[in-house]
Amino acid sequence: MLQIPFWKRLLIWGVVVLVLFMAMPNAFYPRVERHNDAVKLIEAEGETPERLADMSAWPGWLPSSLVNLGLDLRGGAYLLAEVKVEDVYADRMDGYWPEVRDALRAERETVGSIRRVDGPAGELHVKIANPEAMGRAMEVVSELSRPILSLTGTGSNDIDVSGQGDTLVITLSEAEKLATDDRTVRQSLEIVRRRVDEVGTREPSIQRQGEDRIVISVPGIGSADELKELIGTTAKLTFHGVVSRTADPDTAPGARNFVAPSMDEEGVYYILSQDTVVSGEELTDAQPSFDQNGRPAVSFRFNPTGARKFGDYTAENIGAPFAIVLDNEVISAPVIQDHIPGGSGIITGSFTVEDSTQLAVLLRAGALPAELTFLQERTIGPELGQDSIDAGKIATIVAFVAVLVFMWLSYGLFGIFANIALVINVGLIFGLLSIIGATLTLPGIAGIVLTVGMAVDANVLVFERIREELKTARGPSRAIELGYEKALSAILDANVTTFITAVILFALGSGPVRGFAITLGLGILTSVFTAIYVTRLIIVMWFERRRPKTIEV
Amino acid sequence: MRLKLVPKDTKWDFFKRWKLTFGASVFAMLASVMLFFAVGLNFGIDFLGGTTIRTESTQAVDVGAYRQALRPLDLGDISITEVFDADFVADKRVAQIRIQAQEGHEAITPDTIQAIEAALQGVDPEITFPSVESVGPEVSGELVQTAILAVVLAIAAVLFYIWLRFEWQFSLGAVAALVHDITVTIGIFCILQIRFDLTIIAALLTIVGYSLNDTVVVFDRVRENLRRYKSTELKQVLNISINETLSRTVMTSVTTLIALISLYILGGDVIRGFVFAMIWGVVVGTYSSVFVASAILLRLGVKRDWSKNSGDGGKAGTQFANIDA
Repeated sequence: MLQIPFWKRLLIWGVVVLVLFMAMPNAFYPRVERHNDAVKLIEAEGETPERLADMSAWPGWLPSSLVNLGLDLRGGAYLLAEVKVEDVYADRMDGYWPEVRDALRAERETVGSIRRVDGPAGELHVKIANPEAMGRAMEVVSELSRPILSLTGTGSNDIDVSGQGDTLVITLSEAEKLATDDRTVRQSLEIVRRRVDEVGTREPSIQRQGEDRIVISVPGIGSADELKELIGTTAKLTFHGVVSRTADPDTAPGARNFVAPSMDEEGVYYILSQDTVVSGEELTDAQPSFDQNGRPAVSFRFNPTGARKFGDYTAENIGAPFAIVLDNEVISAPVIQDHIPGGSGIITGSFTVEDSTQLAVLLRAGALPAELTFLQERTIGPELGQDSIDAGKIATIVAFVAVLVFMWLSYGLFGIFANIALVINVGLIFGLLSIIGATLTLPGIAGIVLTVGMAVDANVLVFERIREELKTARGPSRAIELGYEKALSAILDANVTTFITAVILFALGSGPVRGFAITLGLGILTSVFTAIYVTRLIIVMWFERRRPKTIEV
Repeated sequence: MRLKLVPKDTKWDFFKRWKLTFGASVFAMLASVMLFFAVGLNFGIDFLGGTTIRTESTQAVDVGAYRQALRPLDLGDISITEVFDADFVADKRVAQIRIQAQEGHEAITPDTIQAIEAALQGVDPEITFPSVESVGPEVSGELVQTAILAVVLAIAAVLFYIWLRFEWQFSLGAVAALVHDITVTIGIFCILQIRFDLTIIAALLTIVGYSLNDTVVVFDRVRENLRRYKSTELKQVLNISINETLSRTVMTSVTTLIALISLYILGGDVIRGFVFAMIWGVVVGTYSSVFVASAILLRLGVKRDWSKNSGDGGKAGTQFANIDA
């Protein structure tokens, strides 16, 4: 009776010690955090004496993973952004135009002359001179389409071609739109990540949510507005030929031209050609620098293709102005003095040093493929976070002590056994949180406190059962055994149902609610483990040592 | 000397006044539903969209002056509430300002926030803004849907689990208790007008979990006693089971309440509504497992003639009880 094989005991204590060991760094939070930061910096930027000193604050052979503190505890900013995926359709169609043009020109005899006309966004409209040859034109253009290689879109092509009178209309097919959307969101995610990383704050989290949304949370940043400025700027840099300069924003720009305002000259507008000479995607580097007059500027370098296009254009258009356009605003429109072959250049404008640094960061990280709109935002000041940590700490300690005392008063020695298990239990929660790299939020702390209260439940069930079994007086050892045996089904049923709700909360919740679900769920797991194995083992070990004739629960 | 909250070997009849207790529960639920439609919940921005700004200052909060300062900005409906004794710090005055969702599907523009902050700084130069939260109307609609889905899913999952482990009568009893707990909690939120946001939904689901926990423990004992006392009247079996588990029920509720109350008092005002919902839920959940779940089980009755082999191996009140242990 009451036998637990040696290997099982070893396993139980082994698990407890291991997880508690993993939880230990959290007890030395600031030191371990300094160590971790230093390690990261040394890897990224090399050693300095301070970094080495910080690194040695915590021995390297000890575990160093910590429970992440959520935004509500550390302070920072959270944004939910939606990627305007439709923006990309227009770019895609612009990209198709040269191919379409070349293919139709080859068929000039039947189709006649062709001309691109403006259509709704995301559609490529081409007027052809011989409408009766529309069938042939459609055929030619359809040949340009490519099959889609994706799970959902197999068997369909990337463009739909149709004829409306004398106009050929080319759009992206539905399947291609889906594939494009997915690519756009992934690209945006990557670029947002690069931009946030450039700023270098600790543990930013950037995740995709659903079809076209991105969740960004950055601890330690001053406000959501700052974050928005950093990631919300499209930073689409393009170079265009200048048609003319005007003071009237409503002038008709003419076919395939557009009007863009000047960034620093009030009331000045440029009429620019829609065809881009070079775009920011062909940049390989951008750095803040100064022009020959000592004003802040951004110097840049093109990749070989970009350099060639830029070189050719400048060679052909000496004496004509060209415009450097950022997000549809003209930064500057210098006149081409000479052929620029090397593929590098400098952007001047009325920048401050901060502006030029920010612009260089944005250009280096790349342009967002589509605009972002912000659906939800949250800023939490660091002081409020600290207040919440302090309040949470005090509340947890008081709750903990009160429950310990209450259990001791109610169950005496067995209460102390349960208390040991409870202490282990909270340690285990922190250990698991560190191992899976979960984030602790304020509701998460509430989850832990709730677990402290509920964790004793399994022990209470067992103890009450032992009390009952003692009444039938079959000896203490039998009573303990029966107590555990008979309470098990109630313990399992009760905890499985609570666990189900924790899982649903986790699956459907977001942000703080999720933090609560994690600690609640883990708390249920650890409390069942401690009640069924740890407390039982403690009781058995005590029983073996003392061999009491009677016990009082 | 042990602390005993429940005397040894109670033999209380929990169904002596079942008409009264059950009637009270039904009345409370009906009243809650009526309150919900007549008074309504004090929905937070998670559900309505809009912006909340938390202000902190060493000077007293002058709600009237704040309102006066914000009026020229033309932001629509604004509610300003002072948060009392936020952290028991004497010179810290906290207020919560809520602004209705602005046009468009974006959360809020930086300009609007700056304008609000500047206006309030005009009233009180020492004011700071430790937190700003904003939810666009598009998202808030989705949040409501997800929240309702979460509660419904949780109840359905539980209904299924209990049916699997017990019998359908138990399942109905447990779910009736859950619906009771959630309805009554929403009722108290209508009365007290505590802000109802996403964390409260989390609290509601925890109440679901807790209330079930309690109900399941009682039912587990009922199942066991149905096997033991084959010819005893169902009412008596239920009473025996409830009395036997009473000590545990009270112990667990008390430890949980101890933990929650310390969190309520010391945990700061940010989560106070959330903790309040859970405290209320623990009390109601404990009550409902006896006076709603078991009472319904008593009304529905359970198949008692398990002595004949009816194809289930003679195990009373159970379908898959052999899963346990």
